Amino acid sequence: MADVVVEQGRVVRPTGARKRTGLRNAMGRKSTVAFFLTLPLILLITLLVLYPAVYSIHLASLNKSMQKFVGFGNFTFLFNRDTFWMVVKQSCIFAITAVFFKALLGFIVAHFVHNIPAKGQRKWRGMLLVPWVIPPAMSTLAWLWLFDPSYSAFNYTLSFFGIGPINWLGDTLWARFSVILVNVWYGAPFFMIMYLAALKSVPDQLYEAAAIDGANWWQKIWFITLPMMRNIIAITTLFSLIVTFANFDIVRILTSGGPLDRTHIFATWAFKVGIEGSDIPLGASVSLFMVPILAVAAIFILRDVSKRGNEA
Amino acid sequence: MSTLAIDKAGPTRKVKYGSMSRDRAWALRWSYFFLVLFAIFSLTPPLYMLITSLKSSAEISAATNPWWVFHPTLSNYVELLTSNQFLRFFWNSSMVSIVVVIITMLISIPSAFALARMKFWGSTTLATGVFLTYLIPDSLLFIPLFKMLAAVQDITGITLLNRWYVLLFVYPMLTVPFCTWIMIGYFASIPKELDEAALIDGASWLQTLTRIFIPVALPGLIAATIFAFTVSWAQFLYPLVFTTSIDQLVLPVGITTTLIKGDVFNWGQIMTGALLGAAPPLIIYAFLMDYYIAGLTAGATKG
Repeated sequence: MADVVVEQGRVVRPTGARKRTGLRNAMGRKSTVAFFLTLPLILLITLLVLYPAVYSIHLASLNKSMQKFVGFGNFTFLFNRDTFWMVVKQSCIFAITAVFFKALLGFIVAHFVHNIPAKGQRKWRGMLLVPWVIPPAMSTLAWLWLFDPSYSAFNYTLSFFGIGPINWLGDTLWARFSVILVNVWYGAPFFMIMYLAALKSVPDQLYEAAAIDGANWWQKIWFITLPMMRNIIAITTLFSLIVTFANFDIVRILTSGGPLDRTHIFATWAFKVGIEGSDIPLGASVSLFMVPILAVAAIFILRDVSKRGNEA
Repeated sequence: MSTLAIDKAGPTRKVKYGSMSRDRAWALRWSYFFLVLFAIFSLTPPLYMLITSLKSSAEISAATNPWWVFHPTLSNYVELLTSNQFLRFFWNSSMVSIVVVIITMLISIPSAFALARMKFWGSTTLATGVFLTYLIPDSLLFIPLFKMLAAVQDITGITLLNRWYVLLFVYPMLTVPFCTWIMIGYFASIPKELDEAALIDGASWLQTLTRIFIPVALPGLIAATIFAFTVSWAQFLYPLVFTTSIDQLVLPVGITTTLIKGDVFNWGQIMTGALLGAAPPLIIYAFLMDYYIAGLTAGATKG
């Protein structure tokens, strides 16, 4: 269809201006135009993504002063360090737990928002999306203040219930909990919005039919809502998995990886080793370990997106 | 006979209906109850920012009820808004975000137009590439980018690192792919008849883009602009890596590094700064919520 249009365009133009030079003809051709229109984009992807990706692999194979080629030296060094394996474990715990609770909370909240009369939904949606709007670096500062060791507002409130002061960011377990909690707080609204959009696209007739067949609310969710939303749940979870796995802001501001590196994840550890410790090759190697997990998630997303494209 | 049947059916249905509406009322009450809980959870940190920002340092260190302001004061706001350093952060952030939005639009609109309407060699590969680039998080490539910029600086002699404008070169990597992607979606949804009509009337590709595509896809354009602005405003990692001098910092990094002096946390000012830093995205969101949400959902649903 588009090709037909272009033929028309080309037929029309020469009759109008027959005296065009070869260069101007070439400029008017579709592929030339398209090339120039996409050139900045191609340059951007090449310079800021493809080249750094290759360069990163090159960097990872150098020694600390970046003068000697050490092959897999950095990787074997990492494999022999306990901190590295701790970071791997913590990144996985962090990403999986946070994404799970974000998805769960988002699903529940989306249902409640969907339940209430339509004219109030906008207001609630607006309020519940606020955590996603505030720059994470700013809101994490508020959380840091809420968790403050001596003036913690949470501990003040909990003291009324006789729950002793909790060392939110100093204790390993609580520090991990806090980091995940802040991440869930920040990310759940995104799931809520996505699920709400998906819930609205489920036809009411299906629920009516189920009600006539005597289905209870659990069966309605299990046999209608979840299958209808399967696609959006999958894609949102994978998206969030990538973003959460590569999170930097929240952990950096809240704990900087402490106590004793117990909350470091890949991004913060790579920053600490590569930029603060100025061992750039080692930092690059640490970042590279994020690639396999991100790649798996990306493949699944791409498969899903192209499937959706074919359906439409 | 038939009237009798109806009479019989009437009451049973009425009873059933009554219980259903009672169920419905209870479901509604529970919904509101939990929504209030979730709203408290969502709004506690921003409200706490506001509460603390209205307190003086003396009141904060007196450790009275943290959830209440006994002697409200605007001194934190006055102090920050008259401090050259803070205004400098604000200025740097605004400059970076506005210029990045312009660069992003200049790159992504033409590309999205070409990818949505002109089938050319490699166009599907490029579209997939754009989507894949969107999936690359900021924390993956900051180390090679740092080394690259250092190398460019050595070769050309132009100072790039530790200058706010270095961010203009790296932020588009975060904004352009997503904006291009959602603009492809919006452009593709415009009926072909519109541009066919324009071509028949003798419009060039450029005229088709500026006279038809941009006006028709304006909602998408606004959503993309908001996205690019909020992403560049909130970005924390790149400025932390690429800039260090105090007069070159942007807001998020400036607040976290300068207001924390050693171990002394001036919480009143930190919270005021954080709130002022969160204000521009919040204001945009308050007025353009629908575009904001459209942009959010378009990312994953426009396949």
